[in-house]
Amino acid sequence: MSPRFEPAIGRYLHLDLLGRPHRLYVEEAGQGIPLLCLHTAGSDGRQYRGLLNDERITKNYRVIVFDMPWHGKSSPPAGWENEEYRLTSRDYVRMILEISAALELDRPVVMGCSIGGRIVLHLAHEHPEKFRAIVGLESSPKVDPYYDTSWLHRPDVHGGEVSAGIVSGLVAPTAPDEGRWETLWHYMQSGPGVFKGDLYFYMIDGDISDKLDHIDARRCPLYLLTGEYDYSCTTEGTLEVARRTGAQATIMKDLGHFPMSENPEKFIGYLLPVLEEIRTARKANAA
Amino acid sequence: MLDHLAARVNGDANLVRRGKHVTTTFLIAIDNADHLVSVAEGRITAIRPGPFITPNYSFALRASRDSWEKLWSPTPLPGFTDVFALVKKKLLRIEGDLHPFMSNLLYFKGVLAAGKAAA
Repeated sequence: MSPRFEPAIGRYLHLDLLGRPHRLYVEEAGQGIPLLCLHTAGSDGRQYRGLLNDERITKNYRVIVFDMPWHGKSSPPAGWENEEYRLTSRDYVRMILEISAALELDRPVVMGCSIGGRIVLHLAHEHPEKFRAIVGLESSPKVDPYYDTSWLHRPDVHGGEVSAGIVSGLVAPTAPDEGRWETLWHYMQSGPGVFKGDLYFYMIDGDISDKLDHIDARRCPLYLLTGEYDYSCTTEGTLEVARRTGAQATIMKDLGHFPMSENPEKFIGYLLPVLEEIRTARKANAA
Repeated sequence: MLDHLAARVNGDANLVRRGKHVTTTFLIAIDNADHLVSVAEGRITAIRPGPFITPNYSFALRASRDSWEKLWSPTPLPGFTDVFALVKKKLLRIEGDLHPFMSNLLYFKGVLAAGKAAA
């Protein structure tokens, strides 16, 4: 194989986030409509490398992926050693808005998976005017705990191994081995307690069941894409969101909880028509 | 249902390597039929069918035959692809001292995957 660089550029962004100085790792590729991508709990932006490398997307979209604080190559804020990381709905919404503003994005499309697929529902509820469209991957109104998350952060259990073990079953059985194990590798590299801290939002604080009826997909187009094998964010949960918000929902065959990383090619086949519809609607509105 | 489990696990060098720190006995219950599975350094050394008067094990995985068959189908249906999928549906219980299970979760998932029926 001859050596080659991928088109994505990675940089470190310094900004004040949630009232504290932060250093965030941000990757982007492409040009056009900004598409801000949100990774899953306990993972990082590498999950979206399939999109960053797909010209069918990057010819019309500026794909932007950031590692949340504490995740991937983003640092935790100074003083982290004296606190327990715990993600809340309020902080997560603020984080996305502040990063979007720092990058001077003009009404981006925001797309998130799992915790990202949940927080985009909060964005649709609280800030629909700030986004051109919203895409929820593996979105559900809530997920009740089905295991004790304290196993994810204790000194006598390897946090990375157990996190990967917990999520391994969420990958579709039909996923290619390379996508499956790369997805799990990201979990194995997560910082101590970070997955558990994200799950506080996912399983407790981020429940949006009682606000769904106040989301109106006519205010901001809302698209939901969920893998048929996802038993965490279930297809039933996604269809409930669609029914109560007017969102357009698609159940994706042969995909699980991590569509963009477990099987990028299959996922992009579902994503392209959505992105095309958003782009076409934008043109029609401008005409 | 567990006829070929030991041979499949012990014949998978990568799985045995992943479990090299696992030495324990755990219990698999299929309906009311208990089986004690003994593991030494990642290799299954014995699978003993019950009934037992005083079974001695670290943790137990209990589910109906129907649930195990769905999990072990060559092409499991959505919702039946993983032990935690069954736990979430309250079709499988994990009991006892979970430390060996959780601290070697990928290994034990590999062991359970070895229980799949041949496609």
